[in-house]
Amino acid sequence: MVPSKETESMFHTEQQVGQYYTIPSAQLKKAFPNGLPRRFQMQIKTFNEACVMVRQPGLELISYLKRADYAKPALRYILFGEVGCGKTMSLCHTLHFCSTQGWLVLHVPDAHLWVKNCKELLPSSSRPTRLDQPIEASQWLKNFKITNEHFLSKQIKTTRRYIWTKRESTEEGRPLGEMVDHGMSRVKSSSDVVGALLRELRLQAGGATEDAFRLAVAVDGVNALWGKTSLKKEDKSPVSPDDLTLIHNLKKMLRNDWCGGAILTTLSQTGSLFKPRSAYLPTELLGEEGFDNMDPFVPIPVSNYSDKEFESCYLYYMDRNWLQHPHSRTEEGRKELLFLSSRNPSILERLCSFL
Amino acid sequence: MGAGLNTCLPASVKGSRVKYLLLQICVSSRVQVNKAARGPEKFSIEYIRKHAEEFEVGKRRLANMMGEDPETFTQQDVDRSIEYLFPSGLFEKKARPVMKHPELIFPKQTAAQWDKDGRPFHFLFYTGTPSFYSIMHDTFGKVLAIEKHQDQMRSKGALPQDSKQISLGGSRWLLKEELEEVLVENISDQDYSRFLQLMDKLLSLPFCALEEEFVQRFRKQLEIQSTKQEIPDVHCDENGRSYSQAQGRRKTATASVTLRDCGSGRVAVNGKDCLLYFPILQDREQIMFPLHFAGMLGRFDVQAHVEGGGRSAQAGALRLAIARALLSFVSTPAEVETIRQAGLLTADPRIKERQKPGQAGARKKYTWKKR
Repeated sequence: MVPSKETESMFHTEQQVGQYYTIPSAQLKKAFPNGLPRRFQMQIKTFNEACVMVRQPGLELISYLKRADYAKPALRYILFGEVGCGKTMSLCHTLHFCSTQGWLVLHVPDAHLWVKNCKELLPSSSRPTRLDQPIEASQWLKNFKITNEHFLSKQIKTTRRYIWTKRESTEEGRPLGEMVDHGMSRVKSSSDVVGALLRELRLQAGGATEDAFRLAVAVDGVNALWGKTSLKKEDKSPVSPDDLTLIHNLKKMLRNDWCGGAILTTLSQTGSLFKPRSAYLPTELLGEEGFDNMDPFVPIPVSNYSDKEFESCYLYYMDRNWLQHPHSRTEEGRKELLFLSSRNPSILERLCSFL
Repeated sequence: MGAGLNTCLPASVKGSRVKYLLLQICVSSRVQVNKAARGPEKFSIEYIRKHAEEFEVGKRRLANMMGEDPETFTQQDVDRSIEYLFPSGLFEKKARPVMKHPELIFPKQTAAQWDKDGRPFHFLFYTGTPSFYSIMHDTFGKVLAIEKHQDQMRSKGALPQDSKQISLGGSRWLLKEELEEVLVENISDQDYSRFLQLMDKLLSLPFCALEEEFVQRFRKQLEIQSTKQEIPDVHCDENGRSYSQAQGRRKTATASVTLRDCGSGRVAVNGKDCLLYFPILQDREQIMFPLHFAGMLGRFDVQAHVEGGGRSAQAGALRLAIARALLSFVSTPAEVETIRQAGLLTADPRIKERQKPGQAGARKKYTWKKR
């Protein structure tokens, strides 16, 4: 493994496929307060550095983003592949590129978290049929603020007046940061704040002014939006995703009727409800409704490690002294690891953590 | 049955006082005999010789019946023909119809042991087991003879270390049952252990090579198990890659595997990748074991089809099938022997134990109530 000398994602090319590059820790906390997979976060804590492998799907996505025309409506990209192939990691690689390029990043780390195990479901204040999720919404607003601090305080202003309750409202022309703070403090109206925020960003992305910004909407586990939920209303009737405010507003965001940005999504079977483990294609996981909604999109398949990438990962673990067992450092041990993990990144990582 | 007539008196008269008036006239032609007291059935030599002749004649007749040449009709052909003519559904193989030479069927018995005056032929007859004690006597005689020979050699000056030893590798002592069969009499466990001790004493002497022939009578040669192993053939498909196929079974699962050479170590089970079909690490380790043991991990492509059983049984069946298919790519018989000794070629005979009546499961009993 040769650590890539380019820490800037912008300059990664095909030659660097298989090499590792480090994300500086300052940028890490800012860009991904909650966005990385859990096991990768544990690895960062162990190794004291965030090393991401440059792989072909990430590079492909970045090249599309570089060449896209942002005057036209936003393009939708879907990363799909088998369980544990590296879809979320590729998405994070691309998002790091976007944040270094100065885009506004709207990152939903896992849409599945919004459709299951919700502790509090409040009936929405604005619309009677919808349900609010105050905890998730406020948590997300907090993370959003950390990621996009500089945008919120200076540039973007609200375009109209928002009334949250009888006594609270946000005037027109106020910076968006104020709205976000309001949502974080007044937890009850946080879901509505999220909806308003998304609307504002949609309207203002890619404008012609010099303080225009590009918007990257990244949703991990987008198939949660069209699946079923495991939530129940008070009368024990099941909740469909459209009944939830957060999901409804996010779906509006995913429609390609706005310009000046890109929509990056991944499919995920791991957190999905009621889907078999072998399902990984867009048709299987999105369902008919989801597929029709997301159509047209650019599919980007993510596969297991190639021989070169496997070699690189193995050398990285050896380099960091992660493989403690003496047998694993031999050629035979490497062949064993290759066979048992069958080149799947997550399985390889779990195997090596035993050793 | 003998005819028995009971004269019946009217009920009013029946009673204990008038029992002796009941007449019972029994005319029975058979005397009740206690057959167990006779001992085991004895077959005389003439009896067995007669049956042997009948067997030979019957064999020729059977050969003619089956349309084969009577001269070259072997015992295997006889067994085959009997199985064909008398098909039996019995599970116990020993209960099925059998046509064998009388010496194999009738238990061996000792010939007459005393002459017409009642004097026994063998000088050790009154020990009860004359052949066993005569062997012990002969062996000890040989021990003394060897010691005498050793003294002679020592007096001449020839060192005892120059003599050659009997090679005992590849053979074992006869078991107690086998010894009983040879001697045609029963011996106890203590007698058998004394026999082994005496034989070991004989072998510990330096010049025991003189009695090698005598000792080898009581040793059984062990054949190398791996020579019996069937190795599947290697075929060549249209691309030029050689492949071999084999089956394996475990519990209720059957697996059939095609091992292709010049591959990259990919395993496909029922069309799916090995990782998707066996998400548990233990199963994948089981499949890896034969390839890893032979050192051929990245060399083959495995295409497998497995059905039946559960997750662990399917993995075990695949492991056996892969090990069997590997044998055709393994170069030397010594390697085949190492694979056999690793236990990769033995089919696991364990199956689910049957539930017994009066119990909840195979071993679990119903609740025991003291009263």
